[in-house]
Amino acid sequence: MPALDSTTPITPELIVAHGITPEEYQRIKDILGHEPNITELGMFSVMWSEHCSYKNSKPILKLFSKMNAALPHQENLLVKPGQENAGIVDIGDGYAVCFKIESHNHPSAIEPFQGAATGVGGILRDIFTMGARPILLMNSLRFGDLAQPVSQRLFRGVVAGIAHYGNCMGIPTVGGDIYFDGSYEGNPLVNAMALGIIKKDEIVRGAAHGIGNPVYYVGATTGRDGLGGAAFASKELSEQSHEDRPAVQVGDPFMEKLLMEACLELLKTDALVGMQDMGAAGLTCAGCETASRASTGVEIDLARVPRRETGMIPYEILLSESQERMLVIVKKGKEKEVEAIFEKWDLHAVKIGEVTPGNKYRVLDAGKLAAEIPAKALADEGPVYTREEEKPAYLEKAQQLDLRSIYEPKDFNLTLKRLLSHPSIASKAWVWQQYDHMVRTDTVFYPGHDAALIRIKGTQKGIAVATDCNSLYVYLDPFEGGKIAVAEAARNVVCSGAKPIGVTNCLNFGNPMKPEIFWQFHQAVAGMIESCTALETPVTGGNVSFYNESPQGAIYPTPTIGMVGLLDNIEKRVPSAFQNEGDIVFLAGETFNELGGSHYLMLEHGLKQGLPPRLDLKREGSLQQFILAAADTRKLASCHDLSEGGLAVALAECCIKSEEGLGATITDLEGIRKSQKGLRDDALYFGESQSRAIISVKPEHCKDVRNLAQKQGTTLFEIGKVGGDTLILEDRVRLLVWDAANLFDRTIPNVMERK
Amino acid sequence: MMFKARIHTSLKKSVLDPQGQTTLHALESLGFKEAKGLRIGKYFELALEAADRKKAEASIHAMCDKLLHNPVIEEYSFEIQESPS
Amino acid sequence: MKAAVIVFPGSNCDTDCFHALRDVVKVPVEYVWHKSQDLPKVDLVVIPGGFSYGDYLRTGAIARFSPVMESVIKHANDGRAVIGICNGFQILLESGLLPGAMLRNKTLEFICKHTWIRTEENLTIFTGQMEPGETLCVPIAHGEGNYYCDDDTLKSLHDNSQVVFRYSSEEGKLGEEFNPNGSRDHIAGIVNKKKNVLGMMPHPERSSEDILGSSDGRKIFESILTALE
Repeated sequence: MPALDSTTPITPELIVAHGITPEEYQRIKDILGHEPNITELGMFSVMWSEHCSYKNSKPILKLFSKMNAALPHQENLLVKPGQENAGIVDIGDGYAVCFKIESHNHPSAIEPFQGAATGVGGILRDIFTMGARPILLMNSLRFGDLAQPVSQRLFRGVVAGIAHYGNCMGIPTVGGDIYFDGSYEGNPLVNAMALGIIKKDEIVRGAAHGIGNPVYYVGATTGRDGLGGAAFASKELSEQSHEDRPAVQVGDPFMEKLLMEACLELLKTDALVGMQDMGAAGLTCAGCETASRASTGVEIDLARVPRRETGMIPYEILLSESQERMLVIVKKGKEKEVEAIFEKWDLHAVKIGEVTPGNKYRVLDAGKLAAEIPAKALADEGPVYTREEEKPAYLEKAQQLDLRSIYEPKDFNLTLKRLLSHPSIASKAWVWQQYDHMVRTDTVFYPGHDAALIRIKGTQKGIAVATDCNSLYVYLDPFEGGKIAVAEAARNVVCSGAKPIGVTNCLNFGNPMKPEIFWQFHQAVAGMIESCTALETPVTGGNVSFYNESPQGAIYPTPTIGMVGLLDNIEKRVPSAFQNEGDIVFLAGETFNELGGSHYLMLEHGLKQGLPPRLDLKREGSLQQFILAAADTRKLASCHDLSEGGLAVALAECCIKSEEGLGATITDLEGIRKSQKGLRDDALYFGESQSRAIISVKPEHCKDVRNLAQKQGTTLFEIGKVGGDTLILEDRVRLLVWDAANLFDRTIPNVMERK
Repeated sequence: MMFKARIHTSLKKSVLDPQGQTTLHALESLGFKEAKGLRIGKYFELALEAADRKKAEASIHAMCDKLLHNPVIEEYSFEIQESPS
Repeated sequence: MKAAVIVFPGSNCDTDCFHALRDVVKVPVEYVWHKSQDLPKVDLVVIPGGFSYGDYLRTGAIARFSPVMESVIKHANDGRAVIGICNGFQILLESGLLPGAMLRNKTLEFICKHTWIRTEENLTIFTGQMEPGETLCVPIAHGEGNYYCDDDTLKSLHDNSQVVFRYSSEEGKLGEEFNPNGSRDHIAGIVNKKKNVLGMMPHPERSSEDILGSSDGRKIFESILTALE
């Protein structure tokens, strides 16, 4: 785009360059009653981008709200999706949790360290603008094949960037999920999730109430960095994207730490009216959204905005996405009190405007009108499109799988070793040891558990969180894959003993203009809704990331789930790994001849094919109720969900992750074989049938556990015993836990450690 | 008078520089066999006002001693030039 | 005994130290803001971990110039107790209360994990409750904990029994494989000559309760409590 100044005439080329269609342009003229000037055109272009307006996804996202409205206990949903920067769920005793997941994929593809770091910064601001103190971070990451140097570079940079930001903020990064797959080559996914705790009566709204109340700008100065980032996130990555580098912002976690402490201190006064961070679309978005939510007007003067560069024009100041900036609306007459708090934290708070009557977002530049737009039209009344859908052609072929042509491996020991050494399954300790996962001294279950578990000091409560999405399943069957993503994340949380209470999601897809992509999107959402309804977990919000494509094609559709669970008494938590010699091992749930989409099929047979396992929500519900009941009566020594790699990998993990390197002898699989006629051994060992978990139980509790399972309608198979230093599975697997651990632990360091 | 100073701090020769070593190794593995040694330091660009060059140098020494470098592990050097105010 | 926890901009283990002292060891404790000129009347000053001033220049380099540090130095010179943990240790080094400096970890990466440390010296107010050679499971979380000093300083540290903790195996064996960050002579914590100022990279406040996976760090706080009561 050529250099702009405030007098640049609006040409058709300029409109196209702003991603505005002729119809949208006509609408802008109708709203304004005249031609927009260049500043106004810029403001519309960012607010009406997919990233800010969800114009392509809105009709589908509405289905989540419709579902929420039909759930029981919806009074617990204190802030609903789309209302504010993040959703809030009641956890009792006057407390609530505020959480959200958001993508920073494109910036991370271009500059992994800063892209990931600022992703963390952005999601944290979403939490503390609500008045909540962030207490944990999680990340869901996807990279290409780890053997490729380019994937290694992105992986290293993203992890270091997350560590840089989260560690400095003093908020523990307690887990997440990481997969490596060729479909993410050139378009990695970086989805950051944060959760904060808040007293129910201290929720802050991002609204500019009270005519005459001053509007403050607080935090970092405004520069040209990140100019038009929201628009950047709304197109496909190409070779040229790397030249778009100025669109990537640089993060300053120290500034954000001060900003967070100051805002939370401000919250304790009665001076605060509303807060909104300047993230995507910067000052444009913060101004019009706060006005829109309060049905007021806001007037600001750009001449008062602190800048780090000279010669910036209104267009640039309004569209800048410089990080660590907040818009704070306070009560008139309390200015001194507010300024004192920011000064204490060495922050510069500048009054840049005030709340006005009417409904306009009015922007002045040294007293001269620069832009004037009805706030609601800009913030909430952008165009909405119902995109075309078409079932993708690839599906028919991809879903085909003739099990008769799949030969069972000769050496199951070797297959298990191969699975344990695959980077998607292997230990991620190399990653999470770079994250400060212990700061705040609340982390009870470290990363590597099925779910992270955080205690809430001053209460008995614990919060369990898991992120998850098996995107190969979603690729092979978007509806079933979406269902499974939710159910599996819920199962992870349940395995720790916590009851799922809410979902946030980050929907990563390709270009929505392609009917096949939009079909995937719609199907996956419909699947998620089916699971959320059955498991009674409301969706509190999240984020949509489209255009995840590189020249090689679209990523696997990846609707990442962030599941939050509540443990009323943290003493009732259940670890994932085996605990005691002599405990009895059970497999809960049923196993079928399901190999489609499995990790085993991919690694052993080179096939990413077949229908993924079927999820029966009734069976899933029973299993989860059974685990929760058994956890509640403290009858479980350990509980671990079965996922990639099936029974054999899950058992190996239970051994490897045990403190003493406990082995297990599993000799009794006949019961499972009998329950399912014609069950293949590879499906039994490595298949990924849903709704299953490995539990270990002290011998004296077995009877109670069996009764609970029967009561909930969950099938329980006693398969063996914990003990020794070797994992033995019939006569097919014999693996020293020490050796298994070595494979599991060393896979990623062997690739990533600097020589 | 306005001056512009370019200040460099780096680890003393006697102190191991793992960052430098790793980067050197990376250069070597990229085929730059001619790279024989590499140390990484920090670079500061400082604008300062002083009556004359001598006073400017004295105040840069003071700044380095007090804050910009850690004498236990680092050494520093600088160049200075007059700049149009 | 009374304690104060200093809060710098960017401190992030301040609340953790406060919690360990008040709720676990049950000691009266208060926060002291870094801009404060004076210290309240306390027996123990805790300089907590975090990223004071973002650690942008060098770890701890800017914090040492905070107004409160003059009082902390005076408190230390009067022979009263100071403990600097992680970034607090780095600040003590920069302020000259302890000898040496910190380099980046040998892996060049931030490391957060449990480590074993061996008690080298139990004749200090910080270690009185431990046996000599006793090992403790205490986590580290730092990017620059690779302790460095020259040969003369190292000799004098040993000659004066100032090396208090070294990284080791659970059984107390020393070796490169147990040293997480490349620290000279496996040093994890040292005291000054008068033995009233302790700097350590591992976080005892993160290992003071069983629910957090280890309560070994509590022994350090209890040693101080016993010595100062």
